[in-house]
Amino acid sequence: MSELISEFDAAGMHPLVEPVDASHGILLYLEDVSVTFDGFKAIDHLSLYIGDGELRCIIGPNGAGKTTMMDIITGKTKPDTGRVFFGQTIDLLKLDEPAIARAGIGRKFQRPTVIEPLTVLENLELAMSGAKRLRGLLSTRLSKAEWERIAAVLERIGLSEHGDRPAGILAHGQKQWLEIGMLLMQEPRLLLVDEPVAGMTPAEMERTAELLKSLAGEHSVVVVEHDMGFVRSIADKVTVLHQGRVLAEGRLDELQTDPTVIEVYLGVSDAQH
Amino acid sequence: MRLPAWLLSDRAGLALLTALTVLAIGVPALNLLLPTDHPLHLSAYTITLIGKYLCYALLAVSVDLVWGYMGILSLGHAAFFALGGYCFGMYLMRQIGARGVYGNSELPDFMVFLNWSELPWYWYGFDQFWFAALMVLIVPGLLAFVFGWFAFRSRVSGVYLSIITQALTYALMLAFFRNEMGFGGNNGLTDFKEVLGFSLHADGTRIVLFALSALALAGGYLACRWLVSTRLGRVLVAIRDSEDRARFLGYRVERVKALVFTFSAMLAGVAGALYVPQVGIINPGEFAPLNSIEAVIWVAVGGRGTLVGAVVGAVLVNYAKTWLTGALPEVWLFALGGLFVAVTLLLPRGLIALWRRREATA
Ligand SMILES: Nc1ncnc2c1ncn2[C@@H]1O[C@H](COP(=O)(O)OP(=O)(O)OP(=O)(O)O)[C@@H](O)[C@H]1O
Ligand SMILES: [Mg+2]
Repeated sequence: MSELISEFDAAGMHPLVEPVDASHGILLYLEDVSVTFDGFKAIDHLSLYIGDGELRCIIGPNGAGKTTMMDIITGKTKPDTGRVFFGQTIDLLKLDEPAIARAGIGRKFQRPTVIEPLTVLENLELAMSGAKRLRGLLSTRLSKAEWERIAAVLERIGLSEHGDRPAGILAHGQKQWLEIGMLLMQEPRLLLVDEPVAGMTPAEMERTAELLKSLAGEHSVVVVEHDMGFVRSIADKVTVLHQGRVLAEGRLDELQTDPTVIEVYLGVSDAQH
Repeated sequence: MRLPAWLLSDRAGLALLTALTVLAIGVPALNLLLPTDHPLHLSAYTITLIGKYLCYALLAVSVDLVWGYMGILSLGHAAFFALGGYCFGMYLMRQIGARGVYGNSELPDFMVFLNWSELPWYWYGFDQFWFAALMVLIVPGLLAFVFGWFAFRSRVSGVYLSIITQALTYALMLAFFRNEMGFGGNNGLTDFKEVLGFSLHADGTRIVLFALSALALAGGYLACRWLVSTRLGRVLVAIRDSEDRARFLGYRVERVKALVFTFSAMLAGVAGALYVPQVGIINPGEFAPLNSIEAVIWVAVGGRGTLVGAVVGAVLVNYAKTWLTGALPEVWLFALGGLFVAVTLLLPRGLIALWRRREATA
């Protein structure tokens, strides 16, 4: 009986999704994906492959469909057509958001989303993988191993001094790091990071670049970002999205000389500034 | 004995528990030990009145758990309170036995009046105290679970959810008004005689019911305080402040909501069950949409998301109501509305914030 209760699936740990099989070197497959909102094609026959351990930047003008693409990968939006696979075997279109999170995909929102009344520590604890069964949920204390995991992530995101402060009083940049830290607590294989440096000071940006670069290899990281300087500092491979489609893919310095890219994106954004 | 850390750090809660202990001992003492003509003597009427406030306070705690911590503004919690009340009322009804007006030992008076010849199946078992006590938890809990399961799974939230909770309690009110439902129609259940063989009119019984109300409130408070201090409590806050964040961290938000909503409904049911023997009647009016709204106002006045605030709000607002409906009955609803507006504008964190502020500056 007690075993039954401890295994009871309160917050809904699915009968664990199988481990990711990235044996072909690709962790995420999007193939021919389309989604339409009220007749408007936000994603239009998009195909994209993310390698295992890769750090990929995605750029594109406002409304290009970058956030929508993340919504599709994480189960928030179901596409009209197309296939989305995590590794060789996990069909993400068959899973809902929590199941996808538990399969190993973490997501940072465009607007920093930390739980403001909770402390930094509590935010990390909330995100910890393995704590989501009823027995874990009804405990009031951290085990030593759990505590060490949290301390390691705190250190990594540079918030060791701030563990006991409410997340709401952190500086904007610190909130962004905390949210990345929360993703790390999930121990994901793939991190989707939407506009991590929006509103950051140059010094904060530099630290964020270091952090994201240090994550690649161990994890695959997909970063959506507008800031060209930042993109240049972290990624070797960049995908340009435009009107829901891949316009170009390659190294940033190559893309910057590509006339179509200059026209739709770089040109436009330069004209704006 | 050492208190666990989650309780030790809860100073307002310890103050509340102390106050409840003092009440549970002091109030009976003032009734039993002092002569009736002593100025400090408490009549059985007053004791029952305070007992009623404590039941409302438990209802308020259950509302605060789902609204203050999980962000679900339930405008239908009085329905769970009333269902608990009806379940216990059915037991009290069966206890009347042959002492009713018609002297029928099998059927409650209103059924005899309707020319029914036998007890409907859903009244079976309610002659047993243990069965009724179990139903006090199960009936509101089951309704809350089924309702929550469908509502939360279809991701109904915010104002829409509040509106359907109002619809739920309104529909129940209309159903219970019907005589054919078998719950006494608009008269409801009343004329109770005794509980477990003790007369409901005896001072001793009233004192015990009062003490049980204090105990239930203390227990309900402790259960909720413990719950919100666990990891699950932080998940609730995450759901309240950013449902998507919780979902993308891998929490099955709708299950957590359904479970906590069910637990909260059970607490409300217990409050209703203790309320009915003290006031001596339960009728469909208890399902009135306004009752649920009042419960939310108590919580807002006391301070949402604090649990202690819910208790403070429920007791103070109901004290004011007793006084005002006696002195100026037609003013009450305006006063209640005015109070709600004033608190929302001037004291958005409720009365409890005043205490916190003093504590912080002290
Ligand atoms: N739920 C929705 N319903 C209707 N339209 C939507 C929805 N979500 C996105 N869109 C539209 O789809 C298009 C793509 O939006 P998306 O947010 O993916 O762009 P983005 O590339 O992330 O832009 P930004 O750089 O501004 O963040 C926009 O035109 C947007 O208005
Ligand atoms: Mg976007």
